[in-house]
Amino acid sequence: MNNVFVYCEIEGTTVKDVSLELLSKGRKLANTLGVKLECICAASGIDGIEKQVFPYGVDKVHVFDAEGLFPYTTNPHASLVINLFKEEQPQICLMGATVIGRDLGPRISAATHSGLTADCTELEIDSFEMSIGGVKKYYENQLCQIRPAFGGNIVATIVNPEHRPQMATVREGVMKKEILDPNYKGEVVKHDVAKYVPEAEYVVKVLERHVEAAKNNLKSAPIVVAGGYGMGSKENFDMLFELAKELHGEVGASRAAIDAGFVDHDRQIGQTGLTVRPKVYIACGISGQIQHISGMQDSGIIISVNNDPEAPINAIADYVINGNVEEVVPKLIKYYKANNK
Amino acid sequence: MSLKIVVLAKQVPDTRNVGPDAMTEQGTINRAALPAVFNPEDLNALEQALRLKDQFPGSTISVVTMGLPKSAEVIREALYRGADEGFVVTDRVLGGADTLATSYTLAQAIKKVGNYDIILCGRQAIDGDTAQVGPQIAQKLGLTQVTYAEEILSLDESARKVVIRRLIDGGVETVEAPLPLVVTVNGSAAPCRPRNAKRVMKYKKATAVAERAPEQAEAYAALIAVKPFMDIPQWGAADIEADPNQIGKAGSPTNVKAVKNIVFKAKESRTLTASDADVEGLIKELLEEKIIG
Repeated sequence: MNNVFVYCEIEGTTVKDVSLELLSKGRKLANTLGVKLECICAASGIDGIEKQVFPYGVDKVHVFDAEGLFPYTTNPHASLVINLFKEEQPQICLMGATVIGRDLGPRISAATHSGLTADCTELEIDSFEMSIGGVKKYYENQLCQIRPAFGGNIVATIVNPEHRPQMATVREGVMKKEILDPNYKGEVVKHDVAKYVPEAEYVVKVLERHVEAAKNNLKSAPIVVAGGYGMGSKENFDMLFELAKELHGEVGASRAAIDAGFVDHDRQIGQTGLTVRPKVYIACGISGQIQHISGMQDSGIIISVNNDPEAPINAIADYVINGNVEEVVPKLIKYYKANNK
Repeated sequence: MSLKIVVLAKQVPDTRNVGPDAMTEQGTINRAALPAVFNPEDLNALEQALRLKDQFPGSTISVVTMGLPKSAEVIREALYRGADEGFVVTDRVLGGADTLATSYTLAQAIKKVGNYDIILCGRQAIDGDTAQVGPQIAQKLGLTQVTYAEEILSLDESARKVVIRRLIDGGVETVEAPLPLVVTVNGSAAPCRPRNAKRVMKYKKATAVAERAPEQAEAYAALIAVKPFMDIPQWGAADIEADPNQIGKAGSPTNVKAVKNIVFKAKESRTLTASDADVEGLIKELLEEKIIG
């Protein structure tokens, strides 16, 4: 009871990285709270799935293995999580801020009347005094859900002290996946799915499904050349592709550049896109709102090319080149070609 | 057969093209610099509704919005583009709502609209990006849902089933779901058709009560008596039989504990110019230290 839960996403019979990352975070939260880490694995033909999650420090795996649980559809998964939570009363539940996590999480929160914070960038445990509905109380060991908020350079800490579970979604790549102990062993509980999911819940049929590998290698690229609204046009982004090609890197973008239609949305870096940690991050025409910075601040070397010397991103850059991207980027290409022998 | 379609729309500050004046010097949002707009993905949802209406003549589209009195603007916009009616849910006691209290309120409003076959809304609103309200409404109404929808491919009236193409992580899938249903529509779906000039003429003076100056009440009453469509119905918490404990701040499990301005700790950075010497010097340095190359 009152443990930390992670809902694990499963593609075929493989637990997704985003879920393993959350298990690593969940383990730390459980340690701080002195409770157990449990997870839910629901799909079809997943005998032995526990082997994938135990190394991350899972104390108990709830396995739901039945026809109809893969591919994911909303109602059966919502139903089993909601019914399991009635028994288990978790204090925290973490999910990926993925299509599945964002489809499922809100239903759990509506059914349990609990708070859900989307796209958190940090999660920590804290105790504090707070006044809710005019009543001031001391709340111990609460989950602080931290996320950049609308409008730019502000970060909000969200708490839900009066409701359980405390729920949060986190994007892939935000938390670090860390094996705790390759030989870690927990308990496996194989549930009778029919007890948790009435037959009538299998209402949506998946007729056709295509999953492709990511079109770009942004997540693991050692060098990222990223463009912002300051690139000015789709055509100017071609320079970034050329520079990235020369450097054997990938092209990323800020949300403003994506919204302006300069480049495809799967290249978005930031709170609502990818989180990257390349060796070198070259930010071209990116002003550096907190939503963007939260997705790249752990990069090794940050180079900012911007004609605004006051651009916020310059504060975290190792090198600032004051100049127009149209002028500087071609020079970077030219001198890289000239000097790289 | 005709369908009863409900579209949910939200008026949001336009966060897409945030300029340097979007923040005040104190680090708060400069709302004056951000115009209020129709949440973009709600327009994609409206287009899917209009396509259903094209396909099933006699269908009706009811648009529901919750917000400040001026959010009646999105109802007018929807009427211009082909919606049949719209409702503004506005009340002081609804203020401070998080996604859960918002979804409760909208679910109550949808119940008041009644007899719905399909409820469409944008996947998420650009002022929060949470994507929670659609699925929460579905849960509260006891309906299933299809999120991240790109296109309603077909609807079988007699079997009461709909086939939808939706995005999933790293791909797409086609699903078949039963009516009634909540569908959240992704921004990659077809854009909304433009305003119809005749409809603009018809509805441009339609208002909700909260938008009218008190001294004009009589004039409006006379107008609406002749042209009932000039009134955009406005509902408060009591009209939708909302439980006071489930709306506004009281109905919101989440609390904002702290909001802080982020000041990045400046690194020891080197500032260069765009000159050839500076750029070449940087490239050489990065190559020598094997940072690139």
